[in-house]
Amino acid sequence: MTATLERPSVPVKKTRPVTPARIALHVFLVLTCLMTLAPLLWAVYASLRTYDDTSVNGYFSIAKSLTFENFAKAWEIGDLPHFYWNTFLITVPALLVTLLLSSMVAFAVSRFSFKFNIALLMLFTAGNLLPQQVIVTPLWRLYRLIELPAWMSESESLIDSPLGVILIHIAFQMGFCTFVLSNYMKTIPYELTEAARVDGASVFRQYWQLTLPLCRPVLAALATLEFTWIYNDFLWALVLIQDGDKMPVTSALQNLKGTFFTDNNLIAAGSLLVALPTLVVFFVLQRQFVGGLTLGSTKG
Amino acid sequence: MTALQEKPKAVAPSGPPPRRRGKRATALAGTDKLVLALMLGIPTFVHLLFVWIPTLGSVALSFSRWNGIGGFEDIEWIGVGNYVEIFTEYPRFWPAVQHNLIWLLFLLVVPTSAGLLLAVLLDRELRFSRIYQSALYMPMVLSLALVGFIWQLIYTPDGGLLNSVLGLDKPVDWIGDSDINLYAVMVAAAWRHTGYIMLLYLAGLKSVDPALKEAASLDGASASQTFFRVTFPVMKPVNIVVAVVTVIEALRAFDIVYVINKGRNGLELLSVLVTDNIIGEASRIGRGSAVAVILLTISLGVIIPYLYQVFSKENRT
Repeated sequence: MTATLERPSVPVKKTRPVTPARIALHVFLVLTCLMTLAPLLWAVYASLRTYDDTSVNGYFSIAKSLTFENFAKAWEIGDLPHFYWNTFLITVPALLVTLLLSSMVAFAVSRFSFKFNIALLMLFTAGNLLPQQVIVTPLWRLYRLIELPAWMSESESLIDSPLGVILIHIAFQMGFCTFVLSNYMKTIPYELTEAARVDGASVFRQYWQLTLPLCRPVLAALATLEFTWIYNDFLWALVLIQDGDKMPVTSALQNLKGTFFTDNNLIAAGSLLVALPTLVVFFVLQRQFVGGLTLGSTKG
Repeated sequence: MTALQEKPKAVAPSGPPPRRRGKRATALAGTDKLVLALMLGIPTFVHLLFVWIPTLGSVALSFSRWNGIGGFEDIEWIGVGNYVEIFTEYPRFWPAVQHNLIWLLFLLVVPTSAGLLLAVLLDRELRFSRIYQSALYMPMVLSLALVGFIWQLIYTPDGGLLNSVLGLDKPVDWIGDSDINLYAVMVAAAWRHTGYIMLLYLAGLKSVDPALKEAASLDGASASQTFFRVTFPVMKPVNIVVAVVTVIEALRAFDIVYVINKGRNGLELLSVLVTDNIIGEASRIGRGSAVAVILLTISLGVIIPYLYQVFSKENRT
């Protein structure tokens, strides 16, 4: 398991002879990468141009001037700070609680041999693979049934409340995290917790002070992944939140589309601003991101 | 070919030592038992309440007629009526099934082969390999909703990139024309999916024992023979993951068509039909749930074999 996180860094000092095949390979890869980046670069280009410029010359033309005006405008008209804040209020608690709860389950099933261990892991893994639409209708109805005091939710139920969105993220994402964490914890030598137990450490200490610190690399990878997934959620908030003002930023894009009518430059700028947090996370924590996805797919 | 048979033997000793079973649970102190029960109980309760109980709810409601607004006493149980109606009368159902199937086939063919090809090309000592990988992974971090927005700038008939590059006299309305919009949207979805497949295959290729490839080439196999007869079959676990991920992705597809035109006019998908009953105008909970159950049935068709493959190894140790 750990092997997938570390990259074998074999220092190659010899320079290879440049063969035509190598050059062809590089040309092909550069072209493929450019084609992959083209849609994003196109959006960046459109976002930097003024409406007057593109409405006269079309989008497929050399820009007269480049400006950040569209970003400022999208930020303001779209009320983006407000929607970023909504997203923050959903993503951070959901992320932390998901990791906490799934690491507990993973610890219990990987350190103790209960008869139901495998059944439980299968339940969590299967739950994570279900298409969201399979559960969304009864969930929507269930949320209307669950009444909450006003201090927990303005709407006095789970529907139309950030808490409801947080809860479904936790319940749903737990499957993937439990699966990955339990696989990882199984690779931690059993003798370690055994020794702690003999020394009189309680189950909770074995989990919190011994196992969790050893899981730091996986937790970091999962946190990176889960951040992007929860941030990118569109469906849960769209269905479970009715008040447009409470939407997280990804689902609020839908409103922005109306606000920006047909000004494609503004839409491009708005889209890029919404993409920005995930792009930053990707560039800064790419290794964690890739490592997390790899851990989820390979086993043992 | 002997190398293939040797592999499991070589792997077995390096695996984790079998855990000693039994007796542990009884040796726990009272508080420890309680702590463990909570550590398992709370997450399981949350997961069951919000994921599996609604799933069963979908199955139950699929046999009912209900508008979802009134109380439970308004539920009218009508047996398989919803299914009969969906299969025989509901005009959007069969197009949606067809679109989902095309979506699935497209994802299974295009991003999978592109991702596999790129992974094979990148799985070697190569300068700039990390840069190439970063560029190819990047679309993966964008939400499908955002992908929809970004690609609309390419497809839009007035000054979109694609029409301008093609330089056609009559601009094509890539998103408005119901004959082609599904394909246009699938290309955008595949754009995002390819990086993920490449990542999975790169990890898979790295885990293939180099001795296998060496043995094959010593036996006189060509590079392509080695790949198709040795490497690819050995990657069976990765192939299964790719298949599962792709099927689930195809069934979940929703955000992108919803931001483009709310899943109408050629972009109907099963997921849209379900969602329309809650946030759309239809509000027929029973019929929506029946579509959800159809989605559930198809997805269990891949989830169960996947679980079997992943956890059967575990039973043996």
